[in-house]
Amino acid sequence: MTGLRETGATELDVAARVVELVHEVAGPTAEAEVTVVRHDLALTRFANSFIHQNVAESQVTVRLRVHVDGRTAAGGGSLVDPDGLRALVGRTLAAARLCPPDPAWPGLTPPSAVRSNGLLDEATAYAEPAARAERVRAFVDAVGGLEAAGYCRTSYRSGAFANSAGQAAQGRTTEAAMDGIARTAGADGVARLCAGRLDEVDGSVLGVRAAAKARAAADPVELPPGRYEVVLEPAAVADLLQNLAWYGFNGKRHVEGQSFARPGTAQFDPAVTLVDDPTYGGAMPFDLEGTPRAALTLVEAGTTRAVAHDRRSAAGAGTASTGHGAPGGATFGPIPRNLRMAGAGPATAGGGPGGGAAGPGSGGGPVAGAVADADTAALVAPMARGLLVSDFWYTRVLDPKSLVITGLTRNGVWLVEDGVPVRAVRNFRFTEAYPRALGPGAVLGLGRRPVRQPDRLDGGWWEGPPLRLASWNFTGGASG
Amino acid sequence: MTEFDAAAAAVQAALDAGARYADARVMHLRYESMSARNGAIEELTQDESLGLGVRALVGSGWGFHAVPELSDAAARAAGRRAAEVAAASARVAGPPITLTPAEPVVASWASDCAVDPLGVPLSDKGDLLVRATEAARGQGADLAQGLYQVWDTRKWFVSSEGHRIDQHIRECGGGISATSIGEHETQRRSWPSYRGQYGTTGWELVESLDLTEHAARIADESRALLTAPECPAGETDLILGDEQLALQIHESVGHAIELDRILGWEAAFAGTSWLDLARLGSLRYGSELMNVTIDPTIPGALGSFGFDDEGSPAVKRDAVREGRWVGVLAGRDSAAVAGLGYGGSVRADGWARLPMVRMTNVGLEPGPHTLDEIIAATDDGVLMDVNRSWSIDDRRLNFQFGCEIAWEVRNGRRGRMLRNPTYTGIGPLFWRSMDMLSSEIVPWGTPNCGKGQPGQIGHTGHPAAPARFRGVRVGVRA
Repeated sequence: MTGLRETGATELDVAARVVELVHEVAGPTAEAEVTVVRHDLALTRFANSFIHQNVAESQVTVRLRVHVDGRTAAGGGSLVDPDGLRALVGRTLAAARLCPPDPAWPGLTPPSAVRSNGLLDEATAYAEPAARAERVRAFVDAVGGLEAAGYCRTSYRSGAFANSAGQAAQGRTTEAAMDGIARTAGADGVARLCAGRLDEVDGSVLGVRAAAKARAAADPVELPPGRYEVVLEPAAVADLLQNLAWYGFNGKRHVEGQSFARPGTAQFDPAVTLVDDPTYGGAMPFDLEGTPRAALTLVEAGTTRAVAHDRRSAAGAGTASTGHGAPGGATFGPIPRNLRMAGAGPATAGGGPGGGAAGPGSGGGPVAGAVADADTAALVAPMARGLLVSDFWYTRVLDPKSLVITGLTRNGVWLVEDGVPVRAVRNFRFTEAYPRALGPGAVLGLGRRPVRQPDRLDGGWWEGPPLRLASWNFTGGASG
Repeated sequence: MTEFDAAAAAVQAALDAGARYADARVMHLRYESMSARNGAIEELTQDESLGLGVRALVGSGWGFHAVPELSDAAARAAGRRAAEVAAASARVAGPPITLTPAEPVVASWASDCAVDPLGVPLSDKGDLLVRATEAARGQGADLAQGLYQVWDTRKWFVSSEGHRIDQHIRECGGGISATSIGEHETQRRSWPSYRGQYGTTGWELVESLDLTEHAARIADESRALLTAPECPAGETDLILGDEQLALQIHESVGHAIELDRILGWEAAFAGTSWLDLARLGSLRYGSELMNVTIDPTIPGALGSFGFDDEGSPAVKRDAVREGRWVGVLAGRDSAAVAGLGYGGSVRADGWARLPMVRMTNVGLEPGPHTLDEIIAATDDGVLMDVNRSWSIDDRRLNFQFGCEIAWEVRNGRRGRMLRNPTYTGIGPLFWRSMDMLSSEIVPWGTPNCGKGQPGQIGHTGHPAAPARFRGVRVGVRA
C-alpha cells in the first residue's frame, strides 16, 4: 500500500488522474469533480498541568463526485495508489448507476481563477512536537501554580481540485491554535487564540490571561435567573457566530424555509456587520466543488445581505454559489465557517487573530482580572447592572427557524454594578433566541477589535469583539 | 505484508526508539450513507480508508502518530515518530504512568450480521428512503427526510505485551423525519428517532424499523404540533419515553462515569464530572430502581465489541446498582491512576485517532412496570418523547432537554398533544426522583457522540425504557 509521498505525485496530479479514470471507464460525457487534500494535523493536549495526550496524524483524502446519465454519487478514500484510485472510481460510478435520477444536479464549476490565500507558514506546517510543547510549558508556567489544561494545535493542508469541465486549482494553508484554562477551586478562566502562524501564539500571554480570569472567578455566588444586560467576551461571541452560521446563513436551510434570514431586511442592530472571510487563514482558496472562495458579507450594518451557498443550494435559490461546498453539504447545507463580526475600531486588512502590541488574544490592554482587556473594560464601564460572561458551553437549538438556543455559561461570570465587576457568579443556563438578542436596538456596544477563536475543527474560526447586549435570558441557575 | 505485520513493525520501531510500551492498530474503514428528501435521493456517499495508528509510552509521556500507508517503511517511521512525540511530552511531564495488568490476547471476533448492509443493492436501499419520504411528503410534511448509515470496520491490533487481535464490526441504522414549517417556528417528528436507530448488526435492523409505515403518522403529528398548545411551564410529574431516556442516560450518567473526566483529563473541553472517586461504592446516584450497567457484550447494541482498542476483552460491569454508584468507564492508564483493576472502555473512531475512554453500552436494566401502568398511575403530568435538543453543563449536572412531542397526562390517561416540550434539572436529583420504570427495554444506539481533541465520533448504546420522574421543571422557553 503506497501513499502520496511514495508515489511522488502532487495532489493536482492525483485529482487529474481520477478525472481521466472516470472518462476511461464511463466515457467522455461523464461529469466528475475531484478534490485531493493532504492534511497534517498535530495536537498537544495538557491537563492537570502536564501533557497527557500528544498526537500527530498525516491523512490524504480523495473525494470524487460523478454525474452520469442524470444520476449522481460521491465517494471518498485514503488510497492513492493506482489500484486504490481505480477502486474509488469503480465503486462511485457503480453507485451512480444504481441511484435514482438527480434532476437537481447543478452542474460543474466552470473554469475560473482561484487566487492563493498566501497564508502558508512553513514553520507552522512542519512544526515539531517540541514547538507545541514549549507553548504548553509557557502556559503552565504562566498560570502561577494554578492547574492548567488545554491544547496547542498546528495544521497544514495541501490540496487540489480538478473537474471534467476544465476547472483546476491548488492551494496550501496553515493554522495554529491554542486553547487553555487555568483552574482554581471551583473556578476556571479561559484564553483562546487561532492564527495562521504558530509564532503568533504565545502560551505565556494566554496563560497569564487565563490565570487572571480564574482568580477573579473564585468564590462565586448564585444569582436568580432572569433577564440581565450582558457583556459577552469573544469566546462567548464565537458561539453566537457559530450558531448563526450553521442555522441562519446556511443556504440550504434558507431555501427550505428553516432559516430566520431574510436578505434585504434590517434584522440586526446597525452595529452588527458579519463577513465570512475564508481568504484569510485556515481555509483552502476553493471549495469542494472547485468554486473560488472570497469574502462574503452576510450582514451589513444590521441588514441581512446574503446566505452561503454551494452549487446545489444556489440552484435552488436561483443564484450563484458563494464557494461554500463541503463534504456532507447536500445533507447539512453550506456553512460559512470563517465568520467575523466587525469591531467598532478601524478594520484591518484581512482581519487578524487579535494580536498586536498588547499580545495575542488579549483584545488589547492590560490584564487585570475579571475585565482582562481594554476593549472589554470600555463596555463594562457604562453598565449600571449586568453580567460579564466569558464563555458559552453546550449550546443546542430548540427551534432552528427562530434560532432559540439553550446552553450554559462557562469559564467565568461576574456581576457588574456601576461599571465594576463586584463579584463572581455561578454558572447560569440560558434559553435565548440569538437573532433577537442581536436585533435592532439590542446591541449597546461592541469592542474595537475582533479576536479570532478556533473552531473545534481546524480550518474554521469565529472572530468577534466583546459585545454589550441589552438583554440575555438566563433560565436557570447552578441549582437547577 | 499483512496488516498484523504492519502493526507489529510499528510497535517494534517504537520500542527500538525508546518506548517502554507501544501498541498499534491497522484499520480498514468502509462507510456508506444515503439521504433522501421529499421523495428524491439527496446524497449518496461511500468512503473507504486504510491506515495505521501507533501509540508509544516513553517515560511518563504518551505519543501517537498515524499514517495512511501500510508499507514496512511507513509503519516503522510511524512507530519512531510516535516515540519522538512521546519524548516531547516530557517537556511538561506528569506523574509516572502505569497500565493495569493485562493478559496478552490472541483472538479474532466479529459482530453478528444476518444481512450484510453493504451487500444490499443500493437501489433497494434508495427505494426504501424514497418511498418513506414520499409518503411523509404526501401526507403534508413540508420537509420529509430519510437517512441510513453503514459502517464496516476491520481492525488489527498488536501490542508490545503480545496482543494480536483482529475484529470485524458491522454497524448500521437509519430513520426518517417529517418537518412542518410555520411562520415563526418549525415542528419535527421522527421515526424511530431523529437520524434513526443504530446497532452493531446487519441490514435486518433497518428493515425492522418499518420506515414507510410510520411516515404518514409523523407527518400528521408534525403538522398538528404547529397549532398544538405549548407545553405549560412549571413543576410536574414527567414521563419519558425510552428514546429520550436513552439520551438522558448518555448525557447524565454515561459521560459522568468516564474516568478520564473524573480525573480531570478532559477539563478544558468536554469537562469534568461531579463524581468524586472517594465516593465510588457509596454515593447515592438515583432511586433504588436505578440499575445501570456497562455492557459491551449485548448482541446487536451499538456499543458492542469483542475487545476494546487496548485489547481488553468485553466484560459486563455495574455502573449503578440499586441507585448506588459502583463503576466507571476506564482505560488501562486511567484505571491504574484511580487504583482500579479494570479498563475495557477505550476506543478510537479510526486509525488516525488516539484511543480514549468511551462509552460502550451504558443503560438501564428493566424495571417492574409498563408504560401503560405508568400513565395509569399518573394523575397530573406530562409524557415527552423523542429527543429534539440536549444540553448539559461541563460537570454533567445541570441539563436541559427538548423533545419533539409531548402529551398531557390527566387522571391516568394520555390527553392532548403539547408542542415545544422541554425539561430541566440536576442529574442526581432527577435520578433520585425516578419512581416508576418500565420493563420495555430498547437498546438505543447513538452514533454521534463527540469527544476528544482532535474530535472523535463515538458509537454508543443505551438500553432504556419509559420511566416516571417526580416534580420536574418543564416548559422552559426563551
